[in-house]
Amino acid sequence: MSQQTVFAMTGGHVSLDGRAVLRGVDLQIRAGEVVAVLGANGSGKSTLIRALLGLVPLTAGRTELYGVPPARFREWHRVGYVPQRLLAGGGVPSTIREVVASGRIARQRRLRPASAADRAAIARALTAVGLADRAGDPVAALSGGQQQRVLIARALAGEPETFVMDEPTAGVDAASQANLADTLSKLVASGRTVVLVAHELGPLEPLITRAVVIKNGRVAHDGAPPSAVGAHALPGHDHVHPHAEPAEGGPLALSPGTAAAGE
Amino acid sequence: MLELFQSPIMQRALVAGLLVGLSAPAVGTFIVQRRLALLGDGIGHIALTGVALGFLTGTAPTLTAVVVAVLGAVAIELVRERGRTSGDVALALLFYGGIAGGVLLIGLSKEGSNATLMSYLFGSVSTVTQDDVLVIGALSAGVLGVVLVFGRELFLLCQDPEVAKASGLPVRFLSLLLAVTAALTVVIAMRVVGLLLVSALMVVPVAASQQLTRGFRTTLLLAMVFGVVATVGGLGYTYYVNVAPGAGIVLLALLGFALALGVGTFIRRNRTGESRR
Repeated sequence: MSQQTVFAMTGGHVSLDGRAVLRGVDLQIRAGEVVAVLGANGSGKSTLIRALLGLVPLTAGRTELYGVPPARFREWHRVGYVPQRLLAGGGVPSTIREVVASGRIARQRRLRPASAADRAAIARALTAVGLADRAGDPVAALSGGQQQRVLIARALAGEPETFVMDEPTAGVDAASQANLADTLSKLVASGRTVVLVAHELGPLEPLITRAVVIKNGRVAHDGAPPSAVGAHALPGHDHVHPHAEPAEGGPLALSPGTAAAGE
Repeated sequence: MLELFQSPIMQRALVAGLLVGLSAPAVGTFIVQRRLALLGDGIGHIALTGVALGFLTGTAPTLTAVVVAVLGAVAIELVRERGRTSGDVALALLFYGGIAGGVLLIGLSKEGSNATLMSYLFGSVSTVTQDDVLVIGALSAGVLGVVLVFGRELFLLCQDPEVAKASGLPVRFLSLLLAVTAALTVVIAMRVVGLLLVSALMVVPVAASQQLTRGFRTTLLLAMVFGVVATVGGLGYTYYVNVAPGAGIVLLALLGFALALGVGTFIRRNRTGESRR
């Protein structure tokens, strides 16, 4: 059961606006893994997870979700996607509860009103991120970190087996980061699969079981997370790659603060 | 005041206005959130060709307008979905082609006159027939039905199309459904506010409503209230003053927006004042 393959990409190529972003990615993620996709800005890490979900089409290669290509995948309630940020759209207000409740949609049927199970899941999700008492507030009034919590609560409300998160720690205050780490540790303890893109891991570091480093659209490192081998490991991987430029090692390296937190 | 409600012409116009006031802002709330506020405008331009085709072929203009508006909306959505930079120009071609085609074809038809043109561009009370009211009623039921049945899915689509896709929603179908629903709304509103002002009734009540609300659902419902007040009030005004109803309706809606903006600002200022204390 825990050996089930959640994502499987073979030779994945993606081009955006004619520019090659992913250039032959092979990646398998099994149920129960907690994978951090790391890489510099523009390395293609966000594109990778979006391609895993079928949100951007592959120009070559193939990818599967639970053994099925995204276009034919039907069990979307098994997957929860947390995008990088809350979109403002045209500015029509929505409450925290409305946004979180929309995460239930893969488990709902048309014409059926929200069930007791729906309401209970939404309430649990709101409580998990510490926003239950503010459920009626408009999301636009929240800080970046609080909006991130709303997005995570939306995915939680759907009770998926696998979470795919795009930079959940970016631009998030310390309290929200700690809340995220707490929420994630509970998910991991209950056997959920987590794939997250990160620039720096911060308090999430101890939870990560595997790190995939993307560089120039390819997998440059796949294996033990940075914390297990020390903060110096990542720049060390540069000489595996003949084209390594020292400047690109910078964003990959963990900041001194996070390295200390991991010790 | 009472004679207003006794005139059969006014009765028909008011029923039509009530339906328009309910459906345009309901669809409009999703349209605004999806940043397609000018979609209704574009469809309105295209629908004029549909109206003209009706005159030219001796078919009911409302019917031909529905067909052309729906085709136009689908075309707009497909262009929007595909394109980035070239999309703008493609849309402009459609819009101006629609208006120019409409004016030309109405001119060519026997019944067509400048008065006909004006009545479709800015609305007309006296030309609303019993059949029109029936068509408007059926289309409104369809539009409100879509909002009721697909509202939950459309909400997520308008929030974030990628999350909608990753939730297994039929994103393309929903986008087309929203565009087609907007097209039907344009035709519903055409007789009352006119094709050039249709979009205002989809956008202005929503803009007014969101000054006062905190949630999506309440914004939608309050926008419908604003919409009904504007259409019914604007139509009532044209009973006493002989102007195109579209003008009165839209100006009333704008007045509502100005009031809501003032009240909303006042409320927000008080709220932040309280939290500071």
